[in-house]
Amino acid sequence: MTEREPRKTIKEISPIDVYKLLPKTNCKECGEANCMAFASRVVNGELAIDNCPPVTKEEYRANLVKLSGLMAPPVRTVLVGTGDRAMKVGGKYVLYRHEFTYHNPTPIAIDVSDDLTDEERDARVKAIAEFSYNYIGRELRLDAIAIRSTLHDPAAFASAVNAIAAQTDLPLILCTYDAAIMAAGVAHIRDRRPLLYAATKDNWKEMAELALRYGCPLVVSAPHDVALLKSLVKTLVAYGVTDLVLDPGTAVEPGLSGTVHTFSQIRRAVFVDNDALLGYPLLGTPITAWLSPEISHELIQWKEACAASMLLSRYADLLILHSLEGWVLLPQLIWRFNIYTDPRKPVSVDTGIREFGSPKKDAPVLITTNYALTYFTVESDIKSAGIDCFLIVVDTGGNSVESAVAGRYLTAETIAVALKETGIADRIGHRHLIIPGLAARLSGETEEASGWHILVGPKDSSGIPAFLKAHWPPKK
Amino acid sequence: MPEKNPRKEVKESEPQAGQEAISRILAMLSGKERLELENFSLEVGNLELWIPTGSPAAPLSLPVIPQKPSTLLAETFIPRTEEFAGRIHEVKLGETRAGGGSRGKSVIIGGSTYPPFVSADRPAPHPPIFALDVFDMEVPLPRGLMENVKDVANDPAEWAKMNVKKYGADMVTVHLMSTDPLIRDASPAAAARTVEEVLQAVDVPLIIGGCGDPKKDAQVFCKVAEVADGERLLLNSVTLGMTETKTLDVVARAAKEYNHAVLGFTGLELNKAKELNRRLYEYLPPEDIVMDLTTVALGYGLEYSFTIHERARYAALMGDTELQQPTISASTNAWAAREAWMKMDKKYGSRGLRGPLWETINALTLLLAGVDIFMMMHPAAIRTCKDTIRMFAEKDAPAPDGISRWATMKI
Repeated sequence: MTEREPRKTIKEISPIDVYKLLPKTNCKECGEANCMAFASRVVNGELAIDNCPPVTKEEYRANLVKLSGLMAPPVRTVLVGTGDRAMKVGGKYVLYRHEFTYHNPTPIAIDVSDDLTDEERDARVKAIAEFSYNYIGRELRLDAIAIRSTLHDPAAFASAVNAIAAQTDLPLILCTYDAAIMAAGVAHIRDRRPLLYAATKDNWKEMAELALRYGCPLVVSAPHDVALLKSLVKTLVAYGVTDLVLDPGTAVEPGLSGTVHTFSQIRRAVFVDNDALLGYPLLGTPITAWLSPEISHELIQWKEACAASMLLSRYADLLILHSLEGWVLLPQLIWRFNIYTDPRKPVSVDTGIREFGSPKKDAPVLITTNYALTYFTVESDIKSAGIDCFLIVVDTGGNSVESAVAGRYLTAETIAVALKETGIADRIGHRHLIIPGLAARLSGETEEASGWHILVGPKDSSGIPAFLKAHWPPKK
Repeated sequence: MPEKNPRKEVKESEPQAGQEAISRILAMLSGKERLELENFSLEVGNLELWIPTGSPAAPLSLPVIPQKPSTLLAETFIPRTEEFAGRIHEVKLGETRAGGGSRGKSVIIGGSTYPPFVSADRPAPHPPIFALDVFDMEVPLPRGLMENVKDVANDPAEWAKMNVKKYGADMVTVHLMSTDPLIRDASPAAAARTVEEVLQAVDVPLIIGGCGDPKKDAQVFCKVAEVADGERLLLNSVTLGMTETKTLDVVARAAKEYNHAVLGFTGLELNKAKELNRRLYEYLPPEDIVMDLTTVALGYGLEYSFTIHERARYAALMGDTELQQPTISASTNAWAAREAWMKMDKKYGSRGLRGPLWETINALTLLLAGVDIFMMMHPAAIRTCKDTIRMFAEKDAPAPDGISRWATMKI
């Protein structure tokens, strides 16, 4: 067992620990009021050390080294790609999300093999680059392309790599176990800082040389053999290659249970045992589902999707998938977005009136809960449809509409009180309130309690534009 | 795979044919020979090596370069067996004739002493189980769910039978929606008759779902508890809201008197879950209590559910005696997400696949967080989750050889 010096965990580091090593000049160049405020945000994971311009100067070099050591995550951060689309892989401070927050959302790479025709390849790269989904006002996208050498021919691989590099600025992962093929591929795109897949017990020296020569991060692959994985890491670090990503092997079926166990044990070794040799990002490859003799593509895609989502929850810092089907990718992109949100942020948003567009006296008035995701979903639907309206946000204890109605947080009384307290009546010339479809059963009681006319809106806020078209202004 | 036989020595295998030549050239390139090779293009078979010209010459004061290893440095890995002070209570649901009920068999949930799915050597003593939903009145369901149950949707007993026979339900949840004062306000006696019909139709343990009104639920649960005396139903659910209406003690006493278990429901707040358990412990032993910490749909807040389940389970294992109850997840809630049921642009695929996958991933995610009972509906989702649990319950299957082939296979 390789033990690292006991060091403070992210929760044990206090702002004072950081403050002591800062210039303490309160220069405000970082945008914070003073060095202490900056230090607080650093230990909170909101700012990085190098957001302090003075500390990167030569005179503070020793302090910067100490600060970097202090704040270094137990799972290292590996940079893949360059420019705007460069991705940070790993950089984890904690085992459990609730202990702090997870950083660097798991990039999802889709493979492109070098046996495709030019047309097939171009179409696939385009589809990967353009895939996106608007989720509560944000575009969720794919992050990288894994180029696989299936023809075992350096020239063919180099040609595919060059064509793809010219077509997209997405970060690239070059996949081959043959150092000669890898050399052919990486030679022309070294400035893109691709991730090289992979060093194994058979080729590690050649791959290490390529990684050093071209300054690229390297995946270490040892399927189902963590001891070998550690051997390779130890050897490669001694060799001078330090930007490593670990591939402990992903089996989809059979073997997914073993894969989940291995990923978990590696992560626990890092956080429970301070095993520095395993403190690198983990690569999951649900694409192995396609090794199955299964004939139905949909079944393979289903299994790939399930494996991918489990590895997103269980410590994969980078994923390679084959399926480009929306039904496979949508849950991954959304779950990835969700699990990387900060759990310390409250579940609820502020209550009161929100205005959208320029609502006049005859504008519709809608009502929703203060559960953050309900609110953002409704907000996103209203905004994207360009509706002028008022939205009343009721305090439902951070519960969604369905739970708030079931749990009696959203009742005729709470709605009546909210209408009164917000003073919405003074800003409009009607008394019509649109309630969520999932609160339909409250309509009669609410009319009695509030004296307003109640219109039962759609069950899902995506239906608001169509609903207003059909029902607004209300018939006398 | 867990490493049972840590590798003591790792020998470097012979470089494969063809790699030897490359290896020699690369070794040269990394060393002092660099200057001589600059600006060369070197051909080795089809390989073109591009020698960079942009890098500055090595500085005069050379740093000390450590000796590069020429063979693999050996390492070992023995996963640590962690020790946890806490243990999740076991709860028995359903009672057989021998025990005073009429179920074919009882199920036991809980008993975990280790974080879920970390080690094949420390499996949960009781694998998670599946309760399939039945409603006592017509409810609007997404098409993806309705098409599987439409023939039985008006008959809770037939619906329950189908859930058990066709879809392998370990338990059946009877949702007594019709009792809601704001819907049909069906009487406790009518609700109890429905429960009796389902008890006669199937012999698996039942979960009894109320309507959410604390007063009405208390009346219904008391009546149902009485007519199903000794069956070890799971009454779904009791809430802190029942303390305000002074009905929590009434339901808890009925559960105790007639030998049932209760499900304590709280909304994504661990302190509330602890408070509810404290109140319940006044009337019931921990072996009669299951927790519902709230399951939110993927895309609508599943991360809150995931994290609260992880926190609760970790705290319980670390010794928090107020959280050592098994948990339940209403994963059917996944269908609340529009991505599960809505017709979308064709690039997002058919909802016929998207919907069931949504429910599956909702459940698999909470499975990893340690949930003990899943309330679900879609057959494909249930099947996938059952297969996954079976796989985890068995010793890790030897991983197939050659999974590395993914990098170079033709698809």
